[in-house]
Amino acid sequence: MHEDLHQLAKLLHELDDQMVACMKCGMCQAVCPVFSETMKEGDVARGKIALLENLSHEMIADAEGVQDKLNKCLLCGSCAANCPSGVKVLDIFFKARVIVNTYMGLSATKKAIFQGLLTKPALFNSVLDVASKFQGVFTKTANEVIGSSCSRINAPVIGERHFMPLAKKPLRKLEPALNTRPGKGGYRVAFFPGCVIDKIYPQVGQAVLKALRHHELGIYMPAGQACCGIPALASGDKESFDKLVKCNLEIFEKENFDYLLTACATCTATIHELWPMMSGDKTESMQERIAALAAKTMDVNQFMVDVLKVAAPVQGHGTKVTYHDPCHLKKSMKVFEQPRALLKSNPKVEFVEMAEADRCCGCGGSFNLQHYGLSKDIGKIKRDNVVASGAQVVATGCPACMMQISDMLSQHGDKIAVKHVMEIYAETL
Amino acid sequence: MISASLLTEFQNLLGKDNVLESESDRHAYSYDAAVLDAVIPELVLRPTNSEQLGKTVALCNENKLPMTVRGAGTNLSGGTIPTKEHGVVILTNGLNKILEINEQDLYAVVEPGVVTAKFAAEVAKRGLFYPPDPGSQAVSTLGGNVAENAGGLRGLKYGVTKDYVMGVNFWNAEGEYVKSGGKTVKCVTGLNIAQLMVGSEGTLGVYDQIILKLVPPPVASKAMLAEFDDINKASETVAAIIANKIVPCTLELLDNATINLVDDFTKAGLPRDAAAILLIEVDGGHIALVEDDAEKVVEICKKNGARRVQMAKDAAEKNKLWEARRNALPALARARPTTVLEDATVPRSQIPAMIKAINDIAAKYRLQIGTFGHAGDGNLHPTILTDKRDKEEFHRVELAVDEIFDVALSLGGTLSGEHGIGTAKSKWLEKETSKATIIYSRRLKKAVDPNYLLNPGKIIGG
Repeated sequence: MHEDLHQLAKLLHELDDQMVACMKCGMCQAVCPVFSETMKEGDVARGKIALLENLSHEMIADAEGVQDKLNKCLLCGSCAANCPSGVKVLDIFFKARVIVNTYMGLSATKKAIFQGLLTKPALFNSVLDVASKFQGVFTKTANEVIGSSCSRINAPVIGERHFMPLAKKPLRKLEPALNTRPGKGGYRVAFFPGCVIDKIYPQVGQAVLKALRHHELGIYMPAGQACCGIPALASGDKESFDKLVKCNLEIFEKENFDYLLTACATCTATIHELWPMMSGDKTESMQERIAALAAKTMDVNQFMVDVLKVAAPVQGHGTKVTYHDPCHLKKSMKVFEQPRALLKSNPKVEFVEMAEADRCCGCGGSFNLQHYGLSKDIGKIKRDNVVASGAQVVATGCPACMMQISDMLSQHGDKIAVKHVMEIYAETL
Repeated sequence: MISASLLTEFQNLLGKDNVLESESDRHAYSYDAAVLDAVIPELVLRPTNSEQLGKTVALCNENKLPMTVRGAGTNLSGGTIPTKEHGVVILTNGLNKILEINEQDLYAVVEPGVVTAKFAAEVAKRGLFYPPDPGSQAVSTLGGNVAENAGGLRGLKYGVTKDYVMGVNFWNAEGEYVKSGGKTVKCVTGLNIAQLMVGSEGTLGVYDQIILKLVPPPVASKAMLAEFDDINKASETVAAIIANKIVPCTLELLDNATINLVDDFTKAGLPRDAAAILLIEVDGGHIALVEDDAEKVVEICKKNGARRVQMAKDAAEKNKLWEARRNALPALARARPTTVLEDATVPRSQIPAMIKAINDIAAKYRLQIGTFGHAGDGNLHPTILTDKRDKEEFHRVELAVDEIFDVALSLGGTLSGEHGIGTAKSKWLEKETSKATIIYSRRLKKAVDPNYLLNPGKIIGG
């Protein structure tokens, strides 16, 4: 065990330069959604960094304890966005998860999912296609306004969740591969729907395509797209992550385009930020290829407003709509004005700001699976803020946030619809 | 080692979830914000009500476990780093209720774990004002603020934490309840123990309830930024403003090194060649009076050699003027891996001498030091930018810090304006005071804490 720890410590040394920047001021306690629930220092960035430093300096033997705390994080980046000394907390945590989780070993379930399924897009798609046909046997509608379901039986994993059912037809069946030239819009864009939009919210993908067609843009949406890689990376499975990056890179490199658009904040942040960040171990040419695609990647809200300049504000009347800032848009990409501008350009929308709009919804991807109780407590605060705003619709820019907010609202019986900003924008076209 | 039976006793008292014993949990409470070596506590305890807190203290005392009370752990002098042998950390973040805000009698009663900024916001909602605003207020706790006698930007006009403490009820070392002070403006009942508790850094008792004074808020304010070619002129301006019977609520100074680092970071177009800038804000109960004061301040700045003075017209402009000050610490902290933030304080007339000495020390020890701080009350923050991993350089940092304190004392100043003594500065305490002062303090400590279990080693060593 001692020799093992020595090896692990050596691997963690590569993070020393980044970790030393943390001056332990503790300001992260003010913004960490997990800390605000547990009030435990090991759950906040400063504590986690201290633990990693001690592991790296072989001052601590309980590597499993450190691993547990490292994984008990939404990776929302609130701490990094608020850090006085600019510590790159997410860089540290992602890299540390790869080092520690690889070293300690991936669970059999995760191995089966990431290595057996996620990295094989064709197989992954067909398994979920079959599942969508049978899901009605085990589930029933929970909330018609939201469109959520819950389990008919006492099912593991699902538990008390009100989840969004798999779409009857995924986006890739509703909208087959596209490769068109631009019209008056001038630009040619690639579209990366991502897993959740493809399989659960195809209507969001359709809204994006409607907007792109309306503005007469050329569209490249190739078949065979893989997951952006975030679930694998967050679990420390760098091998699967690398496979997914390579698969997507090869598909998108086949054509030329000006921007790679996504309507999923998490996919955007992953491709734009994490792909280059995690490419340090690749050849120079591979790094350049990744950097080139990352540089072209943009959130679709940002594209509409900053590039196409479409959103002229109007005095809206009608449906009250509020907006939730996905962490991966506001904190990672600094995109928060553009989605609001799109909402405010719809004459049938009366925009209302909710309190703490940029507070994390508590989803955090696999965090929701591993720490559902905590995820729900954090989500409840978001739900309360949505309800208090008096909105009839809550809009956001990330399908993962949409799932979490839907679960929270549905469990409370709230009749508030959850939509993507692009769905509301597309209504005006 | 803590016995299994004692552990069970703590678990029965506090609940399993509030007794942190695993190695990884304990390591997360081994440090605070001071650049000092970590000390791993043997146990971390989190009482969630007053009774539990008292019993926790009594149990620690019976079992001779040294107790370090911890709020948010933002201490800059090592006061919340646990004791080396069998140290136990008592967390206050489970004691975070505001018990009363009294709008008629202008006081509030709080538990020690209430976060300063949350408290100030609750008070503001009721149209009242709690002025102390330490830099860490977004996370710091009121218990910690009282224990350190925390200051902040508003010190000059509104005073510091001690000026707002009306009463402190606390558990003594044996876990018995002591009451001091009260809810009335006038109160001379018994020894003034409440003020003895202020700044005692956890060495004399464990706070249970704190009674804080509230005041009516100012209704108007005006902010100005003045640039100077010569730091002496900036200092003369500070003196002249006060000589003219104007007491600004903020009077902040940034030196040339800090201006340049902030401008590197923000690209805000700050005057990189200025020797100093002063950020001045005046406030008061009537807009006309405030505007009058603001105009006088501008005049005084110009008369005393400011090369440029800007006055904010509205909230947005005020926000922009504040940007440089707000970014001072973030800019300094980003420049190098380790940030040693000091708080040597001198009489305000000695600021130019102090800044000159700091710059000489920086040159002598080949270090990068940026200085900013509260010019109105002489509380400067010479901030040394370094890398603690570079042993040779860090040794020079230690020598520089020694010399900074020597200069501050020689100018009639003090070791610490607002960060406390903790373990970081206890070795200099005798230099500022006297041997008898230390002995007197130790006797006092021994009388109320015979087993030396309340945050031992802090302030007075021993």
